[in-house]
Amino acid sequence: MSTIPPLTYLDNNATTQVSEGVLDAMLPFYRQTYGNPSSMHRFGGEVGLAIKQARYEVAALIGAEPTEVVFTSCGSEGNNSAIRSAVATMAGRRRIITTAVEHPCVLNVCRQLEKEGYDLVVIGVDGHGQLDLVQLAEALRTPTALVSTMAANNETGVTFPLEQIGELVKEAGALWHVDAVQMVGKAPIDLRSLPVDLLTLSAHKIHGPKGVGALYLRRGVRFQPFLLGGHQERGRRAGTENVAGVVGLGQAASEAREALQTGAIAAVGVLRDRLEVGLQALISDCVVNGVGTSRLANTSNIGFKYIEGESILFSLDSFGICASSGSACTSGSLEASHVLRAMAVPYTTLHGSIRFSLSRFTTAEEVDRVLELMPGVVQRLRDLSPFSDDDVAWLKQMELAPTNPKE
Amino acid sequence: MWNYSEKVLELFHNPLNQGSFESSSDPTTALAVGEVGSIACGDALRLHLKIDVEADRILDARFQTFGCTSAIASSSALTELVKGLKLDEALLVTNAEIADFLGGLPEAKIHCSVMGQEALEAAIYNYRGITREDHHDDEGVLICQCFGISDSRIRRVIAENGLRTTEQVTQYIKAGGGCGSCLHTIDAIVSESNPAADAPPQAPLVVRLQQIDAVIEQDIRPYLKADGGDIQVCGLVGDELHVQLRGNCSTCSSSADTLRYAVEARLRERLESSIRVVQVP
Repeated sequence: MSTIPPLTYLDNNATTQVSEGVLDAMLPFYRQTYGNPSSMHRFGGEVGLAIKQARYEVAALIGAEPTEVVFTSCGSEGNNSAIRSAVATMAGRRRIITTAVEHPCVLNVCRQLEKEGYDLVVIGVDGHGQLDLVQLAEALRTPTALVSTMAANNETGVTFPLEQIGELVKEAGALWHVDAVQMVGKAPIDLRSLPVDLLTLSAHKIHGPKGVGALYLRRGVRFQPFLLGGHQERGRRAGTENVAGVVGLGQAASEAREALQTGAIAAVGVLRDRLEVGLQALISDCVVNGVGTSRLANTSNIGFKYIEGESILFSLDSFGICASSGSACTSGSLEASHVLRAMAVPYTTLHGSIRFSLSRFTTAEEVDRVLELMPGVVQRLRDLSPFSDDDVAWLKQMELAPTNPKE
Repeated sequence: MWNYSEKVLELFHNPLNQGSFESSSDPTTALAVGEVGSIACGDALRLHLKIDVEADRILDARFQTFGCTSAIASSSALTELVKGLKLDEALLVTNAEIADFLGGLPEAKIHCSVMGQEALEAAIYNYRGITREDHHDDEGVLICQCFGISDSRIRRVIAENGLRTTEQVTQYIKAGGGCGSCLHTIDAIVSESNPAADAPPQAPLVVRLQQIDAVIEQDIRPYLKADGGDIQVCGLVGDELHVQLRGNCSTCSSSADTLRYAVEARLRERLESSIRVVQVP
């Protein structure tokens, strides 16, 4: 390539750009105010104040008290420590319930606990990616230590009915952990009206820096720290604070709250719809995964039939367009997205599924650029493909859709 | 992001020989098709060959591929490689040649080149009327449920590519790359197929040298001494025994033959079949 095409970044569920305001808020804590908030001098004390402010901002974004917010290093740490703590403090109950479409940092911790002797139940989803509440209620008939459900799915943007899940979980007397990494900042969430016990969020999904996140711990809920050491975070998470990161998260939370209030997030939904409706109008044989149920406003997961996602991504990349795919070839694990498989998306669509995820910095020009280029990309790959409709004899011999996993 | 070679990206963006052939009534040529892969696995290739019936030679080749960047590039590379080959020559094309043509493939993508080789074989078998049932791939016990791979196919890819580990088997044909429950079975097949890996290690150097000395003392030196010569062992480097010939032997015009037929042959017969004897100054 002789010239570098302009960047069109539509992969905001993977990570987001750090906003100007966030970077400006962070830099002084590297350059000038580099003290340790635990130190007994004013230079460190000033840093302590900045952390206090950040804690206030994060709490305000999710409807929590500042003392209920513990800063962590990432979403995975939040999820690991929440789940580990919940089962440790609910001694006597051996059941853990989660869902088939969780992020690996939830599913893999739950599977590890299963190996350690816990009774794991994984609740399935329907073809829209929506949770099976009947199955959840059924599973909760056995005394349960923890229910861990995501708020919004990273791949499809599908949001779970938190009010209804909360009712079921609390009726059963279990602890409830919510992985809200994809929901926070993209949709309002108010923990004053939701009986969530533990909730995970991450800074880099909301235009904050990588390497910092927060865990919400409802007041009164027992917590067993994951990282032991000093007294930081009221003894709930040891380690010298990632000061600049925490300040960045606070600023990002404040900006996200404003964006939710001013309608900037709703505007993202308008652009997403323009992209989704446009692609469906321009390109035949494409299916929106997760349509027909509640979804985040920023995410569109579209399956382009008869072609494969990795080759779509490489084609888009040559135009500077960044997206992601649930296809097997992008994962390195040889298996296609566990989320789309749990939804029993047919293989003809599943491997050609592309996730476009927008942010409040996405422009109409960027969306239009995808609308301009995508039909050509899809057509070129379809011309190369041996499949063009579901009636091909060769296809008919094949297994066409994943069976819903047993778990 | 995968680290593809320039050649892979070039053939992905500008593939050669994509498509199929119009059927023709020309009796001197025939068309053959080979289909491998499946939509469930995420890659599938239909290879089209135009064959010169009389010469049993591939005149032209085309491909249709559902798959990733490297699957498309591998298919295109395959069509370039086989054009002009006699069918018997084409059957000898290996997946490694396809990967080499592409300037190499990332390890996790080697299965794309394997798919190419298999489509070629399938097309030629179809043309020759060898039915799928006779095809060795369909024999044997199903090992990898996720990707539908039998033990015979695993054994074959191990033998053809000299694979040593289960991880390599997964990279080549995906077996074990799904749920992973068959990995221990593949482990067993890999170790069965690599008996050398389980063979006892060679004796320590000092023991080998003692054994060599004993053979020389008993079976070699007496004959050399009878001709007024002698042999001195300098050392053993791997399988190479470094020696000096002394006395009459050192100036004898047939010393090379002495080493080879008298010394090396005797040591091989008595001790290690791989030993080589080298004269050092």
